[in-house]
Amino acid sequence: MEIIYILLGIILIVVPLMLSVAYLTYAERKIIGYMQVRIGPNRVGPRGWLQPIADAVKLMFKEIIIPTNANTFLFIIAPILVIAPALAAWAVIPFMSGWVLADINAGLLYILAMTSIGVYGIIIAGWASNSKYAFLGALRSAAQIVSYEIAMGFALVGVLMAAGSLNLSQIIQAQNGSIFHWFWLPLLPLFVIYFISGVAETNRSPFDLAEGESEIVAGFHVEYSGMLFAIFFLAEYANMILIAALTSTLFWGGWLSPFQGTFLESTFAWVPGLFWFIIKIALFLLFFLWFRATFPRYRYDQLMRLGWKVFIPITLVWIVVLSVFILVKLPPWFV
Amino acid sequence: MEKLTFYFFALILIFAASRVITVKNPVHAALFLVLAFFSSAVIWLLLRAEFLALALILVYVGAVMVLFLFVVMMLDINLTTLREGFVRYFPIATLVGIIILVEMVLVVKVWKNPADTTMSTITAATVETTVVEQSNTQILGKALYTDYVYPFEIAAVILLVAMIAAIALTMRPRRQKYQKPEHQVSIRREERVRLVNMPAESKD
Repeated sequence: MEIIYILLGIILIVVPLMLSVAYLTYAERKIIGYMQVRIGPNRVGPRGWLQPIADAVKLMFKEIIIPTNANTFLFIIAPILVIAPALAAWAVIPFMSGWVLADINAGLLYILAMTSIGVYGIIIAGWASNSKYAFLGALRSAAQIVSYEIAMGFALVGVLMAAGSLNLSQIIQAQNGSIFHWFWLPLLPLFVIYFISGVAETNRSPFDLAEGESEIVAGFHVEYSGMLFAIFFLAEYANMILIAALTSTLFWGGWLSPFQGTFLESTFAWVPGLFWFIIKIALFLLFFLWFRATFPRYRYDQLMRLGWKVFIPITLVWIVVLSVFILVKLPPWFV
Repeated sequence: MEKLTFYFFALILIFAASRVITVKNPVHAALFLVLAFFSSAVIWLLLRAEFLALALILVYVGAVMVLFLFVVMMLDINLTTLREGFVRYFPIATLVGIIILVEMVLVVKVWKNPADTTMSTITAATVETTVVEQSNTQILGKALYTDYVYPFEIAAVILLVAMIAAIALTMRPRRQKYQKPEHQVSIRREERVRLVNMPAESKD
């Protein structure tokens, strides 16, 4: 009986997630289109609303080409290994108070573990394709993800210190109060670093060196076609939504209302927490798209320098500063 | 259900671990090692050791094996030369293997006499009660930073020394072009390009 509930919960998470992935691609093309004074897709359906469906159908009916001398098993399993952790991490994210699939104590560690194994799919894809461009993309991606994971981990250490818990629901409860009680303010440098590292971790522009169209064609997925390619695509967008959800959970109060503690609190009391959570996710997703429309791609050495010589020292310093905050019980956060 | 999960992942673990040493391709061996780590993490989860299980995935699967795979993928290993010495080294390898096995048995004390079960029963009972009250992560953190603070800190310092030593060994002064980011950032357009005002030429 319990298993049926769990399966139902999984379906309730994955189906809306996949739909949002589909419409995130549409939103990306539209928003970047308008930023570049174009219209974007507007042919399929009214205002192009059916464009993601058309794309999905097209990809489903395309032939899957497996290159000569490629390792067939690894070649096919690689996209699955990319998307599985991106979906598995959603198990511990609380959507509203009590709305969480697995309310485990070590939730934050679980998130960190899941996001760290996503890189295997990319490495395996690059290696199994038997192609030099794919291989170069895989190597870049491996180095990049290992570097940014350290900064990301330290940022999470800050959250864990501030909240005093690894459980995501308790982390949200620790931010209860008002918009200024949320962790973005005491952990401002960690929040900025976490989000930028998240952009790097999802291989999004301006950190998309693993794809690098202009120098290594399309990087690790250059040999992929049809549905296998589509799964890589889905995983990238699912990861974006995951990072946005995590940033809003850890630093922006998750499902807490932004009007808490103000005169508007009672006016907006009827709005479910899920709504605020989705608003926050959408805001961070907009940043992802905005970055892509704004910044040129980083050079490889600049990327490594930013990760190792800027982010990691800042996070280390801020963890020390934060421990001082906690020791002196700095109001209003650490009382 | 728990037993079923255990046997399922234990079987995967044994299969993966044996494939690590029997498979021909080193990249496949590394990937089987990842699978072995993953299934042992699941078995640890069944023991309610969630911190250790997740740390295993995070550290070994997420970082160590990625770097390992990184190196192994770039090596072009000739397998025939590796196999040449197999028969010659087999007796020594067996000896070393047996010594390691004996040492592990001595440490873990698998074959203790049946009367001497006090140790294991106490730990099992205390683990059961404390795990229910607090999370495994909290217990581990408290134990590490109170009872075992010196061994813990000493281990950390040894790791730091090892890290510095590794960097010092590989840091050679290189005579290559090195770009200073602060110079690159502080550059102004006037230093690099000169705008020339030229009248447009007539068509013919």
